[in-house]
Amino acid sequence: MELARLLPLLLLSAWLLPLGSFAAIVFAGPRMGRGGRKAAYLATGAIGAALVLSLAALGAWLWHHPLAADSQAVAPLSGDWYTLAEFGKLRLAIGYYIDALTLGMFVMVTLISTCIHVYSIGYMREELGEVTDPLVRGSDGGPLVRPGRFPRFFQYLSLFCFSMLGLVVAGNIAMVFVFWELVGICSYLLIGFYIERRSASTAANKAFLVNRVGDFGMIVGIMILLGGLGTFAFGDHLGAEGKVEPGIFSQVRPASAEHGLVVPDGLVRMAAADRLAAVYASMPSADAAEEEIARQIPQLRRAGYGYGLLILAGLGIFCGCVGKSAQFPLHVWLPDAMEGPTPVSALIHAATMVAAGVYLVGRFYPVFAPEVLLVIAVTGCITLFLAATIAIAATDIKRVLAYSTVSQLGYMMFSLGLGGWAAGLFHLFTHACFKALLFLCSGSVIHACHTNEMTEMGGLRKKMPWTAGTMLVGCLAISGAGIPLLIGLSGYHSKDAILAQAFSFARHAPAHAWLFYVAAAGAALTAFYMFRLWFMTFSGKPRVEQVYDHAHESPAVMIVPLVILAVLAISAGWTLPGVDWGLPELLEQARPLGTAEGFPEARTIAGLVVPAEHHSHAPAVHKIVSLAAFAAALAGFLIAAAFYGLRLLSAAAARRWFAPVHWLLVHKWFFDELYDALFVKPALFLARQAAEIDRGVIDWAADGSARLCLRIARIDDWIDRWIVDRFINGLGRWTWRLGLALRPLQSGQLRQYVVMIAVSTVTIFVLISIYRNYAFLP
Amino acid sequence: MPLLNQPVSLSHYLLVGAILFACGIVCMATKRNAIGVLMGVELVLNGAAVNFVAFSAPFLRGDAELALGLDGHLMTLFVIVLAAAEAAVALAIALCYYNTHATIDVDQGDELRG
Repeated sequence: MELARLLPLLLLSAWLLPLGSFAAIVFAGPRMGRGGRKAAYLATGAIGAALVLSLAALGAWLWHHPLAADSQAVAPLSGDWYTLAEFGKLRLAIGYYIDALTLGMFVMVTLISTCIHVYSIGYMREELGEVTDPLVRGSDGGPLVRPGRFPRFFQYLSLFCFSMLGLVVAGNIAMVFVFWELVGICSYLLIGFYIERRSASTAANKAFLVNRVGDFGMIVGIMILLGGLGTFAFGDHLGAEGKVEPGIFSQVRPASAEHGLVVPDGLVRMAAADRLAAVYASMPSADAAEEEIARQIPQLRRAGYGYGLLILAGLGIFCGCVGKSAQFPLHVWLPDAMEGPTPVSALIHAATMVAAGVYLVGRFYPVFAPEVLLVIAVTGCITLFLAATIAIAATDIKRVLAYSTVSQLGYMMFSLGLGGWAAGLFHLFTHACFKALLFLCSGSVIHACHTNEMTEMGGLRKKMPWTAGTMLVGCLAISGAGIPLLIGLSGYHSKDAILAQAFSFARHAPAHAWLFYVAAAGAALTAFYMFRLWFMTFSGKPRVEQVYDHAHESPAVMIVPLVILAVLAISAGWTLPGVDWGLPELLEQARPLGTAEGFPEARTIAGLVVPAEHHSHAPAVHKIVSLAAFAAALAGFLIAAAFYGLRLLSAAAARRWFAPVHWLLVHKWFFDELYDALFVKPALFLARQAAEIDRGVIDWAADGSARLCLRIARIDDWIDRWIVDRFINGLGRWTWRLGLALRPLQSGQLRQYVVMIAVSTVTIFVLISIYRNYAFLP
Repeated sequence: MPLLNQPVSLSHYLLVGAILFACGIVCMATKRNAIGVLMGVELVLNGAAVNFVAFSAPFLRGDAELALGLDGHLMTLFVIVLAAAEAAVALAIALCYYNTHATIDVDQGDELRG
């Protein structure tokens, strides 16, 4: 079968398998073995099969488009599986847009998800029977005892995978938005999995609400694109009359302009609507007006019409990604999302939820103007630094990882914003591997210790050698450990690529050089907080004896995924020598058309040049950055080792010296408090006022009208009783009496009847005659 | 009695019919025997039949040249047939009445009083 038909088929099956598993578990979950045990096998089987199909799809792709050191962009496959509706030019369809990025994401998502599914079979075992939740008080005052929710967990996991895969494969932005929201609702359901815990339900609400803030911007962006371009589709689409209808990407970067960024006609028209209306009014016919407008558009475009709308659309889309990928200032939901079970955290942080935002920025990269890219870069930069500093002071093992995720997502956005498209997405892939690994390791630790607090751990290395070893791999990978200029763990390659791009950007746009320094400092912080975590958990002496005594190595079903992920965390960044097979080469194939040579100088910000990515591969840049990054990471590691590993320095003393800083970091830069004061409190205040109005005015009016009704009803009642009823009853009584009075007439005597008939006839005859003027008289 | 001096005309027929009718009514009203009542009914019917025949006389009609002038006679025939049928039914009723009441005195049967 040819590639254009095979790939959509493979991905469609890979995408729908988890949906099938979800539906099956919804309807038959609790009946699948004891406690729903087999639901896990079903869900794992479905995602495993999806992994196989995705690998097959990737294999087929690579067979047709082999990787090479200088891979060129390959035209994506786009089309529709099913058209839901068509309104004039507007099509709502379930479509696909398949390029190397899509395939890479499919393999990555299914692979990580499969590992997490397998791991969850072990981790969620407690949910098979009755669960005693010590964190919630039951109705009898003791800890809450509830039935296990084992199948439900896997049902949500399946839905989550389905949503994420749908988002990745989506061929139009309407479909992206649908699955975007599905991902959101899945994260809501899973973060609030322990729904009885107040903290879990509020965290789920927080995640959902914060995401809505971002989605609002996203809707604005989508509306601008729809209004200006008249289409949802990414790729070109063959219209009804065999005419090619250009998709979003080819409208913004038309082939006629050599795929350079051009403000599409639609946006120019939208921005200059007033002037064009005047043209219409002045011209004799509509056709002449259209001609005149077509003549004017290039000159309006040169005058800058529509460019602002393009920027706004980009910012809108990015706004959605800020929410989903937990970027500053909407990063507050992600650490709270730790309330969910640990495999969920791994899934959210590695493969699905937060990856969606970065993926979408990558997907929409050709639509972004340089100004938008700068906003993305600055947002990413702030995020990566802010989150890294908070992670230093956190003591909850999962929260450290959560902030590290926020920080790494910052790196990805940062890189995308600086023009490092491949570098940013490369980091997305490598990060997925080692962050899933780190979370599953932390889950293993929590499973063993029944606590999240690192201050109660310590020395677990001896009890949990596998977990400690794999987590060390994860820490090394995220810190970017490696032998400079030669080889390293996956994080080394991707982070180097990002910093190299930042350095190259700093050279092209010196005004924004600070971005590079912050990112480099972030690298040091990353190494510091990761090794702080590792040392506090696994090395030294046990801090709390019961925890240490209780700890044990996790079962094989949890260890195997760790080992697989550890192998990936080591090797995901490698490019196989000789054949040049590696993630960067794969991503080069997916690079959006026209972005390879960077962006021209921005229209509104002088000196802002987004350089081409290949500049960062220059040996001069690469060497400096590689060494700088290594030095930064090494510094971070050494400080962590000095404080927590070798205990040469006292962490408590450092806390005292930097008391104000520590205070600031422990309170997470007071973002929660700030938002509480800025948004939550006013919202609650408004709500309370509204409730008062409800009670005072609306309830009063409603009660009053009810009382009025009652009064009117009483009057009605009186009228009914005393007038209507009496009339009717009187009528009845009168009829009754009349009947009684007439009763003797019907005597049953035949002869009487005859007389009566005769007499009556004569009487009637006489009466009529009298009436007719005595007609019978002579 | 001026009628007695006249040649036989419509009035005489009508008079006979009226007398028959009146006799029938009186018979129905006075006889307690069910058969007697039936006889009264026959008289009433025959009184009506005489009237029909009398009124169908050709010199009373405006359309004597055009019509056959037999409508009254036909009506009478119908009445006779009807009377025969009625007598059959009525006699059957009388028989049933006798079976249930052991008499044919109509005054005894007042079950249908109100």
